[in-house]
Amino acid sequence: MGVELLGDAVVTTRLDDAVNWARESSLWPFVFGTACCAIEFMSTAASKHDISRFGAEVVRFSPRQADLLIVAGTISYKQAPILKQIYDQMPYPKWVISMGACACSGGFYDNYTTLQGIDEIIPVDVYVAGCPPRPESVLDALLMIQKELKKESLSAESKKDFIGRLDNA
Amino acid sequence: MLKVLQKAYPKAEYIQQSNTLVLDEKDIFDAVQLSFDNAGDFLLDITIIDYLDYILSQPSRFALVYIIRHKNFKETILLKSFLSEPKCLSVSSIYKAADWLERECYDQYGIVFENHPNLSRILNHWQFDGHPLRKDYPITKGQLCTDAVDLMPAMNARLAEKGIVTQDEEGSYSEPNLDLMFINIGPSHPATHGTIRNFCAMDGETVIANVSEIGYLHRGFEKSCENHTYNQIIPYTDRLDYCSATTNNVAFAKTVEEMLGVELPERAITVRILVMELSRIINHLVCLAAQLVDMGGLTNYWYLYNPRESAYNFFSKLTGARLTNSYMRIGGMSYDLYDGYEEDLKQIMKEIEEGVSIALSLTEHNRIFQDRTQNVCSVSARDAINRGLSGPNLRASGVSYDMRTANPYYYYDQLDFDVAVGSVGDIYDRIMVRFEEITQSLRIMKQVLGNIPDGPICVDNPAIILPDKKDVYGSIEGTMNQFKLVYEGVQVPAMEYYSSIEATNGELGFFIVSNGTGYPHKVKVRAPSFLAMSAYTSMVEGSMLADAILNLGSINIIAGEMDR
Repeated sequence: MGVELLGDAVVTTRLDDAVNWARESSLWPFVFGTACCAIEFMSTAASKHDISRFGAEVVRFSPRQADLLIVAGTISYKQAPILKQIYDQMPYPKWVISMGACACSGGFYDNYTTLQGIDEIIPVDVYVAGCPPRPESVLDALLMIQKELKKESLSAESKKDFIGRLDNA
Repeated sequence: MLKVLQKAYPKAEYIQQSNTLVLDEKDIFDAVQLSFDNAGDFLLDITIIDYLDYILSQPSRFALVYIIRHKNFKETILLKSFLSEPKCLSVSSIYKAADWLERECYDQYGIVFENHPNLSRILNHWQFDGHPLRKDYPITKGQLCTDAVDLMPAMNARLAEKGIVTQDEEGSYSEPNLDLMFINIGPSHPATHGTIRNFCAMDGETVIANVSEIGYLHRGFEKSCENHTYNQIIPYTDRLDYCSATTNNVAFAKTVEEMLGVELPERAITVRILVMELSRIINHLVCLAAQLVDMGGLTNYWYLYNPRESAYNFFSKLTGARLTNSYMRIGGMSYDLYDGYEEDLKQIMKEIEEGVSIALSLTEHNRIFQDRTQNVCSVSARDAINRGLSGPNLRASGVSYDMRTANPYYYYDQLDFDVAVGSVGDIYDRIMVRFEEITQSLRIMKQVLGNIPDGPICVDNPAIILPDKKDVYGSIEGTMNQFKLVYEGVQVPAMEYYSSIEATNGELGFFIVSNGTGYPHKVKVRAPSFLAMSAYTSMVEGSMLADAILNLGSINIIAGEMDR
């Protein structure tokens, strides 16, 4: 259809823009769902809120096939090395949504077992408040990621300088 | 049960208030054995009380508590013994349910259970130092974990039990006599519905041995409770079984209300029944939806999940939250029903009925569905009881035990409903029991809906319930009342008390040790999912890998409740 529309015309653009335009509506999320927030993510994916309207419905459970990590739920110290390993296994470029109070800051679990925010371990792009957040806020975070990823460039890979608590352990 | 034990141990002190028999340290193992032989077959829970800094002086720092139920499911008794040293005998040879319960006591309190087959940490990670539920462990002292635990020693022990490897005198294991492949299912795996790690030894497609590792969602519920007032704990209970939050609220509030000795107004009880049954339905819906997705029946997901979305709208209007409702308060609830709730509920019930009937028409007589679930991962009635299964998982095995009928609380004895019971305890039964329970809960809701009495929704007691806002701003007494209740909390007299209700996944009980202040000394949850998961290994060994995946869905593990 597009070819017919353009006819013989040529569109010029920057390579980065063309690639990011393609990425924008085909984010493949890896949902690291551990707790209550994962149930709200189920709502986000179900028919009413329908995450596929934003091109992010191809939920992958292999980190090697995903470029958007959605951390939905409490991350305990026991869980932390697993989360880190999954993040490391995802290919660049990649983005992280920290969904809910627990993932952002430990939430009201200020205790011996809960990691006080996943940003101690991995870099985070968008924080979503709520306990758990409503599906609309998850979709809003997705839109923010779509805006954010336009800054991505093929010549420079971002976030590689992040050092978390488990990096030197 | 009590009479038999009192006859055998005439010196034991009986505390009527909490139904506790205090036994001597050297007698406790025999007493558990005696109760098993004579009457009790259902070990509900094992826990430890740390009396450091307790308001009343006690013979020693640690006490061991067994909560045992008679096989008629009516009588419950607590056996308690003070421990002069932090060690005691394991009862895992009597009750299989004790295996994980004792591991938890060891992990959280550092009590050594002698003769236990595998006394290792269960909730906290292997690099953890100390025992967090001891009173002298600071609540915020977190410890970094750098690596996952090696499950090979536990696997070798399991294989040795089956005679597949042998252990030499130095303790090292031989090579297995089968060509085994070891695989991890989880901790991050779509079919684990959360984070559980199952380490399987596979011979072809058959699971020969399995070792489960839990605790990935251990959020320190019990330690947090000790640092909050009773009403502040209610949001924490939401996040136990987060698929049916209000049920947990009720279970906790009801326990504390019984400790306070208050009776709720009729309207409050009726509304509680209504929202609990709706919660039960939406929990079953999400369990069945996910279970059928695991089986490849994605269509069912939409039919079963969409009515749940409508129920969320109802809960949003009623409580302000979709999922984590925090609806109950000690002595009542936060809001009364809103205008027009009846129409909303009738519409939701209609949608649920439609969704369930479509999903059933797709599955019930479906050959693939039946072949994949019937006679797969069966568990016998005797075994199910001994392993501490409860709720739909126990009823699927043919045990007609439902707290709502066996030991009726609230108005359940006046309501007309059937207890759904399976026959062989396979995956099919577990699924079908849940489908039937949805229908029965709808029946209960219909009976309740037309008969909600008028009146207050909270007890009339200023020591428990916050005053009206107009009193808070209009009178000094009201201001003081509000201030005292918020800062000091509801004062619960010092006692040890266990109470439970029939939650969605089984018997959800709270064992609370209060100390006369607004903060509990100890709160222990009797979590049905924890015991269901401890039975998982015995259910899947010998079955196929694909069946093990289905089985995990069918026992409906909710990680928040299992790991607490």
